[in-house]
Amino acid sequence: MENIGALAILLAFCLAVYSAVCSVIGKVAKKPFLAVSAQRAVYAVFALLTLASGLLVYLLLAGNYTIAYVAAHSDPGMPALYKFTAWWGGQEGSLLLWSWLLAGYSAVVMWTNRRRFRDMMPWVTFVLMATETFFLTLISFPLSPFKILISGAKANLVEGMPQGLNPLLQYPAMAIHPPMLYLGYVGFTVPFAFAIAALITKQPGDAWIHTTRRWTLVTWLFQSTGVTLGMGWAYAVLGWGGYWGWDPVENASLLPWISGTAFLHSVMMQEKKGMMKVWNMVLVSGTFFLCILGTFLTRSGIVSSVHAFAQSSIGTYFVVFLTVGIAATIWIILDRLKYLKSEAHLESVVSRESSFLFNNLILLSSCFAVLWGTLFPVISEALTGEKISVDKPFYDKILVPVGLFLMFLTGVGPLVAWRRSSLESLRRAFLWPSVAALALVAALCFGGMYEHPYALVSFGLCLFVTVTIALEFWKGANAIRAKSEMGLLRAAVELTHRNTRRYGGYIVHMGVVLMFIGFTGAAFNKDRTVQVTPGEDFAIGHYNLRVIDVQDGGNEINDNYEWRAVSVDVRKAGEDLGTLRPEHRFYKSSRQPASEVAIRRRLNEDLYVNFAGMSSDESKLVIQAYVFPLVSWIWLGYYVLLFGTLVCLVPPKVRLAYARTEIVGIVGKRASVEK
Amino acid sequence: MRAYAKFAILVVAIVGVLIWLAASGISETKTYYKTIAELNAMGGQAQRERLRVGGDVEPGSIVRSASGVTFTLKQDARELKVVYTGIDPLPDTFKDGSQALAEGRLGDDGVFRAGRIQAKCASKYEAKPVPRNAASL
Repeated sequence: MENIGALAILLAFCLAVYSAVCSVIGKVAKKPFLAVSAQRAVYAVFALLTLASGLLVYLLLAGNYTIAYVAAHSDPGMPALYKFTAWWGGQEGSLLLWSWLLAGYSAVVMWTNRRRFRDMMPWVTFVLMATETFFLTLISFPLSPFKILISGAKANLVEGMPQGLNPLLQYPAMAIHPPMLYLGYVGFTVPFAFAIAALITKQPGDAWIHTTRRWTLVTWLFQSTGVTLGMGWAYAVLGWGGYWGWDPVENASLLPWISGTAFLHSVMMQEKKGMMKVWNMVLVSGTFFLCILGTFLTRSGIVSSVHAFAQSSIGTYFVVFLTVGIAATIWIILDRLKYLKSEAHLESVVSRESSFLFNNLILLSSCFAVLWGTLFPVISEALTGEKISVDKPFYDKILVPVGLFLMFLTGVGPLVAWRRSSLESLRRAFLWPSVAALALVAALCFGGMYEHPYALVSFGLCLFVTVTIALEFWKGANAIRAKSEMGLLRAAVELTHRNTRRYGGYIVHMGVVLMFIGFTGAAFNKDRTVQVTPGEDFAIGHYNLRVIDVQDGGNEINDNYEWRAVSVDVRKAGEDLGTLRPEHRFYKSSRQPASEVAIRRRLNEDLYVNFAGMSSDESKLVIQAYVFPLVSWIWLGYYVLLFGTLVCLVPPKVRLAYARTEIVGIVGKRASVEK
Repeated sequence: MRAYAKFAILVVAIVGVLIWLAASGISETKTYYKTIAELNAMGGQAQRERLRVGGDVEPGSIVRSASGVTFTLKQDARELKVVYTGIDPLPDTFKDGSQALAEGRLGDDGVFRAGRIQAKCASKYEAKPVPRNAASL
């Protein structure tokens, strides 16, 4: 059976090569049948990879431990869910997932565009299948997931004994985190392919942007979901007591998200004003290559990381692919510069155009800072011979002010008029938001928060943005209500439905504001580590904790792990808040311990209790307790962001012609609202 | 064109501030990777820099007390006593025999004071193509 799987991958590899080559030959030599055949080959690649993935999953579920991959990533004691997720628990399987997803996306692209863009599609096919070929090269040759285990071939395998999935990965959110992130990573190949195809065929207009706009939004949403799930997992499982550790692997997932966000904003400039065409090409290509780089960083072990996979030899393949890809992209962009001329000029520093430019500048700077920090050990070793790493304070120092400035732009940008804004209109738009923000800052200062200037500014800006967004909805909804006699709420829904992108975008911004509130809470974290015996009390923040007893899960209860748990009674000002039960596990097949923390999640703060084990003389329990204020707002913000993005995806009720004269319309509408 | 000039000034100002932040951030937090042998060879300079030292945790050397955790890192028969005083819980993978990475400063008494510990369990994370002791952390 493993032969069928390996054969399917090999066949898929051949077909991907065939498809990439034929679509180019068909196009260049004007042989349409070859191009059509190439597109059909894409479906075949998808079918073959589906077969291979299905076989791997079957082998994992059936527990065929003669296969190296199955033995290394699952064991008989694991629940079926985690046996299934072992598909992407290791190097080979996750690369198979990558290839399978890309093949799936490609098949969807082929099907939905089967009668459109006849001139661009062969090139789209070429870019998609060239990328697919690269990943299939990896799993066909150096990293086949269907390798048979020969005893002793893998040094750390004890004579074919199943290893089990890494205990840290045995967590529900982690089960879907990698596929989500990959759906996002892989998805950016499609806008990239269309952009390149548009360049090659010298398409003058924005056809590639219109076609891939939804696509980009959906992949961006997947990326956001993946990154947030990763944060949630790090928070609850990894035991760092934090949701973000600036670990290279986390950074790798963040980089394409940042540049993708920049892209989502700057395409609006191209659609509405015909500006920044070269820039958009650079951004979409940059995002795609950052996705590849992210996979490379995670897979190759070039940068050390707490949860890096193996150090392996596939680094060279990635370096070659990245070098060739980036060089070709730069060449084609430079060659086609004359087709990418801007149609308008920047007229004023205080204008919507310039706020978009600043937004991009800021996002790109943060992207660059994160990339720089992540690669610093590699760069410094190459330049000075010393391996030097930078740490959390480096990122905080740059990204906190950058994030705050971005928050400021989030409030200001959408309200500044296109072309130029007068002082009078600025005053009208920002009087109330500024007053509200300053009042909040003053109140918090009185409340004793003056020791945390960044937190003060952050809360102030969050309120500023919230008020600007609320005013936008209120003004628009009020105008509709005046005309059509609806309730205010229905008018707001109607308003959103008329221009889903704009108001959906506001909702996404609101989600980001909520997340920022959550991030700001980190300035007020409290922690405490104690060694106690059952019956003893200790205090953290407003809470009084008492360990009441210890339970021991012996050997026989569970095939997967042994456990020991403590019950901690929580009180606050005499009021009983129930019991928390952190657990310490020992996974049998991987011989690894893992902590199952207990978290009392509330909107104002989380109480987080970890049972770290026994003190060295085995007489006392080591308990770590934390108070994390406002963390739940991050997850809440994510749901708002999700909702907002879905709203953006709904087709607008009123087809707005993005005439490049739209400015007049907006000014007129504002004036009538003001009255 | 005046708009472009103003815009350029703003961009230069923002980028300048960011570079300044980045440079100061790097000089404050830069951490050198050293092996225990290199650490001994550094002499007095070792006490001035932030360092990251890797090695295997000597089995049986982990002692937990209220003030922190002490253990011994071992690499090719060279040993280093480490006191962990950080606030984060030690990773689950930190145990006897695991590969650990301690980050902090060397004290005058030759004991390494770590504020952060990262650990990889030696039996997990797949086989590496290079020998384990080849400064691979």
